[in-house]
Formats: sequence, C-alpha cells, structure tokens
Amino acid sequence: MARALINLPKTAKAGDVIEIKTLISHPMETGFRPGPDGRILPRNIITEFLCRFEGEEIFRAELFPAASANPYLTFTTTATRSGTFQFTWRGDGGFDQTETATVTVA
Amino acid sequence: MKSDHGAGAISRRHLLAGAAGSAVLVTLRPAGAAPANRTETTESAIRRFAGDAEIRSGRVSLDLPPLVENGNTVPLTVSVESPMTEADHVRRIGVFNEKNPQPNVVTLHLGPRAGRAHVATRIRLADTQRITAIAEMSDGTYWSASADAIVTLAACLEG
Repeated sequence: MARALINLPKTAKAGDVIEIKTLISHPMETGFRPGPDGRILPRNIITEFLCRFEGEEIFRAELFPAASANPYLTFTTTATRSGTFQFTWRGDGGFDQTETATVTVA
Repeated sequence: MKSDHGAGAISRRHLLAGAAGSAVLVTLRPAGAAPANRTETTESAIRRFAGDAEIRSGRVSLDLPPLVENGNTVPLTVSVESPMTEADHVRRIGVFNEKNPQPNVVTLHLGPRAGRAHVATRIRLADTQRITAIAEMSDGTYWSASADAIVTLAACLEG
C-alpha cells in the first residue's frame, strides 16, 4: 500500500465549496527514462484518479507520464450533506488503492 | 558508466567520419529522447480531446511559474470562469505540452458538483516550452489559455 494523504475540512456548512487535497506516494516512472544499465525503464504510472461522494463520481483525472512523482491533486466540491468520500487511484501493474474520508455537514 | 564512455567514443569517431556516422548516432539515442520521437503531435492530441470544435481563447486561466528550476515537479493551477451550475459548468479540462515525449499532461473531469472550476497539480516539463489548457463547457464550447515556462533542469530523460 502506497502512502496517501488526504486533506479536507472535517465540517462544513451546506452549500459551502470545500477544497480537497490529495497526495499519494508513487514513483510515476515515465517509460522514457534510462535506468542505471542504460535501458529504458518500463512505464509505471498512475493512470486514473477518481473521487466519489456516497458512490457518486464528483471528480476524475486521467494522468499521463507528465504528471510528477507522488501525484498531487487539489480540487473542490460543494458540501451538501454529511457523508463519505472515496478516493481511488488506479495504474500500471494492477495498481489499485482506495482511501476514504468523511465530512460532517451542519 | 563504462558503456557511456564507449558510446561517447563511438559518437566522436562517427562525428568525425561525417554524415554517414550521424545516422548511426541517431539509432544509438534512447527512444523518446529526441522531440522527433514524440508519440503524437500536440495538435493531434488537442484534436482528439476537442474534436473539430472551435477553440477560443479566454475564460481559462493557467498559472505556472515562468522560470522553473526543476522540471520534475512544476506546480500548475488551472481555473475556469464558470458559474458551475447544472445548466452551465465545465465538463473537462485538458492540459497539453509542446515538447515532452507525450503531448498529454492531465485530463480532468469535473461536474456541476465541483462548485468551482479550480484544480491544482504538479507536472513534469522536459524542456522550455508552452503549456496549453483547454476547457470543455457543458454547452459544447471550448476555451483555452497558454503559459510559457523556462526550464533549467529538464525532467523525464534524466534523473
């Protein structure tokens, strides 16, 4: 399991736009870079990031080798009700990781 | 390291030998190292994203440092002027580069629930180049913005 950091406010008022910051540790090997032996290292990147709120997709990103190592994404969403966010990263070599975070809407 | 020296010696010899040697030189370079080996042109990647629609400039703002010390991690912020309502919102934002081995940087899918069309990430830049962001609105129009970045340490090919 790669280390993932997710930062969002614990509480929000209904209708507020909240900012969600996500970071996951991943080398994002581009597939264009030679290794120590001079051969091109095989590509190993996260290709997709998905954020769902109570099962409904709210944000998705397709990543390419031009995304930095340890991909970082900040995006926003409107808080409507209390619930759980699901964050999923998928990538090369069957990489698949899901984290959750909850928000309480007053 | 030993092999590097070997390759260097061959390159010099071939350089001296002239044009015949330069063909060999090209084959010795790792795939993807030269801009000529790009997997796809920026124009065709943009067309794949936007189809034949007209792309107008405006409404999008793209923020990245004009002078980049380390191309391996360049902060990039893209925001789009949009009320982000059910009737009028940003559907997708595509970010494209000019000189990396692959033209796509990131494609973002948003919806009216986003509240604001504002996304930040970090990208790699292989060379001094122009970055373009294109937003697709819910009414099917496309808007774009570009920003130039001067890169002193390139990403992708080394370190």
